[in-house]
Amino acid sequence: MSLLDVLSRIFSRESAPSKDIARERLRLVLVHDRASASPEFLNSLKEDLIKVIRDYLDIDEEALQVNLENEDNSIALIANIPVRGFKRKGNEAVSS
Amino acid sequence: MKSRVIVITSGKGGVGKTTTTANLGTALAMMGKKVIMIDTDIGLRNLDVVMGLENRIVFDIVDAVNGHCKLKQALIKDKRFDGLYLLPAAQTKDKTAVSPHQMKNMTNELRKDFDFILVDCPAGIEQGFKNAIAGADKAVVVATPEVSSVRDADRIIGLLEAAGLTETKLIINRIRSKMVKRGDMMDISDIIDILAIELLGVVPEDEAIVVSTNRGEPAVLENVSRAGAAYRRIARRLTGEEVPMYSLDDPENIMDKFKKMLKLAR
Ligand SMILES: Nc1ncnc2c1ncn2[C@@H]1O[C@H](COP(=O)(O)OP(=O)(O)OP(=O)(O)O)[C@@H](O)[C@H]1O
Ligand SMILES: [Mg+2]
Repeated sequence: MSLLDVLSRIFSRESAPSKDIARERLRLVLVHDRASASPEFLNSLKEDLIKVIRDYLDIDEEALQVNLENEDNSIALIANIPVRGFKRKGNEAVSS
Repeated sequence: MKSRVIVITSGKGGVGKTTTTANLGTALAMMGKKVIMIDTDIGLRNLDVVMGLENRIVFDIVDAVNGHCKLKQALIKDKRFDGLYLLPAAQTKDKTAVSPHQMKNMTNELRKDFDFILVDCPAGIEQGFKNAIAGADKAVVVATPEVSSVRDADRIIGLLEAAGLTETKLIINRIRSKMVKRGDMMDISDIIDILAIELLGVVPEDEAIVVSTNRGEPAVLENVSRAGAAYRRIARRLTGEEVPMYSLDDPENIMDKFKKMLKLAR
């Protein structure tokens, strides 16, 4: 083994094997790619979210925002949903 | 046998589509199948030189679809196998010289005479890609174990699905077992997990590919080439045969084991 090999081993031991980094980066980038490749994706997610939340809360459906956002090593689904008031789920279910 | 139109595509350039088309076409012909390979990379014709047939070209795909010659006249017969033909791309015209509709008609016409119609797709997702997939029943995506290649493969798989091609299979090309072993290259399961499609085969990085392209003789003709052997196994899978996936480093491992045995015996 050459000196260079020895040195690079010592230094690379600090970090994860590069294939793990590759796999992680791919996983994250593909979440974005797949979501943006189908614009319907976020829209239909938004519609379904509204359907569920509507039973529990009185929300401003027009102002609702849903986005995928990068945080350090992960992707988060960030939803901003302005709430106007509570609903009593049981009562609503009966009355609606 | 029902004939099959298979497009070989990748998104990213230079990952081995043309190499794969030439080797699978030749391997299928070695098995006695009637095969036509279509080069759809208009303006960047390459399959002819990889096959060593560049001196025989008279007409090309654009001549054929536009009626400047009969389709049969544009087909170039291989030097080695009776059942193997090439339809070369045009070198001078641009990509819009062929339409998806024309491609579909042409591949359908070729079904009468061939068992396998292999379509070598250009890189990218533009017109050339749309032409190449237009007449296909199935798609094979080629990717190398790199982030950019796998990312593009994912995009292509999505586009193929949107075009109604759902049974897409994957060939992982240029894998290097040494790099995989030391954790510096994604392995087969990493890639399959991410792309969630079926694996058709794995082709190792092999200098024999360069030598064979120099000569214009596909590596499958060569007995000692590991990439050639991998392509022969993939060709058998294309005909429906069940061929076990060798683990990546089998050929090396057998030698290693052999050496170890010798050492132990001493
Ligand atoms: N398994 C392999 N081992 C070594 N070299 C390879 C292997 N596969 C392909 N190559 C080399 O990689 C280069 C690109 O291959 P090829 O032309 O088949 O790619 P392509 O996807 O058709 O490219 P393009 O997108 O430009 O059409 C060539 O020089 C080829 O010899
Ligand atoms: Mg090519």
